[in-house]
Amino acid sequence: MTAESSTPNGGGPDSGPGAASGNSATSTPPPPGGISRRTVVKGMGVTLGAAAFGIAANPLKSFVEDLTFDEFIQRHYKELTNDELTAVLARLKTEVKEDYGADVEIKDHRPLKGVKFGYAINLSLCNGNGKCVEACHKENNHDRATNQSYIRVLEMPKGTMDMEKGNTTYNHAVPLKDKYYMPVQCLQCDNPPCVDVCPVQATWKEADGIVVVDYNWCIGCRYCEAACPYHARRFNWTTPEIPADEMNPIQSYLANRPRPKGTVEKCHFCLHKTREGKAPACMEACPTGARVFGNMLDPDSSVRWILENKRVFVLKEELGTQPSLFYFFDE
Amino acid sequence: MNDATPVTAERHLTSYPKFLWRSVVLATDGSALFYAWMTVLTAIALVGFNAWCHQVSEGMITTHMTDHVSWGLYIANFTFGVGLAAGGVMMVIPAYLYHDRKMHDVVIVGELLAIAAIVICLLFVVADLGRPDRFWHLIPGIGRFNFPMSMLTWDVIVLNGYLLINLHICGYLLYQRFLNREPNPKWYVPFVMLSIVWAISIHTVTAFLYCGLGGRPFWNSGLLAPRFLASAFVSGPAFIIVTLYILRRFSRIRASTRVIETLVKILRVTVLINLLMFASEMFTEFYTGGSHASAAHYLFFGLHGKTALVPWTWSSLALNIFAAVIFLTPRITTKPALLIVGCAMGFCGVWIEKGMGLIIPGFVPSTLHEIVEYTPSLVEWKVTAGIWAFGFMVFTVALKIAGRVFDGDHRLKV
Repeated sequence: MTAESSTPNGGGPDSGPGAASGNSATSTPPPPGGISRRTVVKGMGVTLGAAAFGIAANPLKSFVEDLTFDEFIQRHYKELTNDELTAVLARLKTEVKEDYGADVEIKDHRPLKGVKFGYAINLSLCNGNGKCVEACHKENNHDRATNQSYIRVLEMPKGTMDMEKGNTTYNHAVPLKDKYYMPVQCLQCDNPPCVDVCPVQATWKEADGIVVVDYNWCIGCRYCEAACPYHARRFNWTTPEIPADEMNPIQSYLANRPRPKGTVEKCHFCLHKTREGKAPACMEACPTGARVFGNMLDPDSSVRWILENKRVFVLKEELGTQPSLFYFFDE
Repeated sequence: MNDATPVTAERHLTSYPKFLWRSVVLATDGSALFYAWMTVLTAIALVGFNAWCHQVSEGMITTHMTDHVSWGLYIANFTFGVGLAAGGVMMVIPAYLYHDRKMHDVVIVGELLAIAAIVICLLFVVADLGRPDRFWHLIPGIGRFNFPMSMLTWDVIVLNGYLLINLHICGYLLYQRFLNREPNPKWYVPFVMLSIVWAISIHTVTAFLYCGLGGRPFWNSGLLAPRFLASAFVSGPAFIIVTLYILRRFSRIRASTRVIETLVKILRVTVLINLLMFASEMFTEFYTGGSHASAAHYLFFGLHGKTALVPWTWSSLALNIFAAVIFLTPRITTKPALLIVGCAMGFCGVWIEKGMGLIIPGFVPSTLHEIVEYTPSLVEWKVTAGIWAFGFMVFTVALKIAGRVFDGDHRLKV
């Protein structure tokens, strides 16, 4: 910058056309009359401009050094062959080792046949203790610095469903007598606005109902964050910070592997667990039994029983998003 | 201006590079004032570029955007820039549809403005990307282009299309003048007509980006696209009027007073339509009330003690109203200084209205009704200033070349 502003007359125009005119001063024969003073000044201006440009671009160096060629040319998840996917998973494992110093296992979990996941939360039982928020934070290798989680719990006054009256930042012993508590996370909509708006198909709905993100395809435009009516998506404003000994080593490509900076992530119903027949971390952690997770296509599942026997409701039903996460009250 | 000899394909092979080369030479030649202006712009652009490099390497944590307010100053400026690009069409319509000869003489100013403004828009989109290195994912055929579902893909198409159409029109006209030939209407008039429709489309599609989102009540209004157009036809002509006055002073491009009068006539209508639609929206918000109106409430009065946008909102409204009063002053074209002040007010008023006044309240309160405020970070201001400076460089250089071509300075010597 200093070089640039100190030239009295020769501040280069943008280096594109200028670069060419700089050449004319040295190589191409000038029009009759020889090299004019003006041409020489232009050449100097361009040289200084180019130098300043180089200095200005300096911070990009570390970014470019971190970006491997394989990462740059990696294709969309759905276009990877089995061999390519194996190579990608191996590369990611090495990257986690290099960046975090942790030994992890990254698998690729595919949807199970005949399964459509559903979640029902009993608001009469939930007491706002926040164990689900914490479990999600640990299970999904969230950024420690921001205490990130896919779940937010709203403390609501009894007698209203208006979220404007809710509070997500309460910090006192729970439950309060005149309040009820409503955890909100991705509702895995059947008609997800976030998927529609993604310009590069980096997010999509899988056969078992889970809306996933290919963290290596997302361009970070955050249109999905604007489109989601439930504040379910999170952006990695910087590289997540996770100590090696706190890293959950059981990982999956579309799930809880450390996400790259500059990309969007969201709740995936712990697919690295649920697609192996286990419960999601938030349900495992819930001490009240308010959370019921299962396969909605299985007539004997508890979630199915709730859907058939309780008066369940979904958030912002009028938007037509058709969520797979339901709420109900017992009494 | 006679066609002495038909130009053969082989001659284009030599004359076109000559045209480009002469353009480069002319674009870098000028008075001390020109060099000073370009030096200042280069410096600002480089500061912005440097800030963007920091943003890319350290992450967008360098901005003040959050998961609650996930779009900020960049998308605000992008939206405004699209309007500016579309606004250039308000010279094209009188020139080509109403055959206004005087307007025709300087219509290229509007077309070049469109080019510079689209360049700005594209840069703002890139600046807003968390992963600019994955830009290729957006290229149809190589990446995965979510067309027609995603409105952003429509925007990519219409913005780049508008850029190409205007590059073709300007490039063709200038090249023909360079060759001492009368431009053949067959080669540009159809594109001019297309550009008129296309100008409307760029701002409509950009409005659709926002108004299609059911989860954001403040944007989810059918009036958004018409409002975008009305405000674009304030900011565009206002910017052009100021440009024409500056060109009168510093270049040999002289717009006749009739051209200014025509643009003022347009402004008198659009500035009122814009205010009317704004009033209509605000009536709907405030009379209905409820949580649907909370964003509007936040804009004008603040919400739960959070008032970051209140000064912006009222200054935007005041600027727009003062601009309207100035435009409506009788015989305003005889008072250039006042007119320029009015144009500046209209331009800034719309800049706030389409930026901080439109993008931010879409996110405040958030979809879970949390109130997280946003004020841009230093990095965001630097990048924004840098992109505008670069846009001004493009516009200056383009006007410079065009001016010399129409002067006859820039001609193929046979």
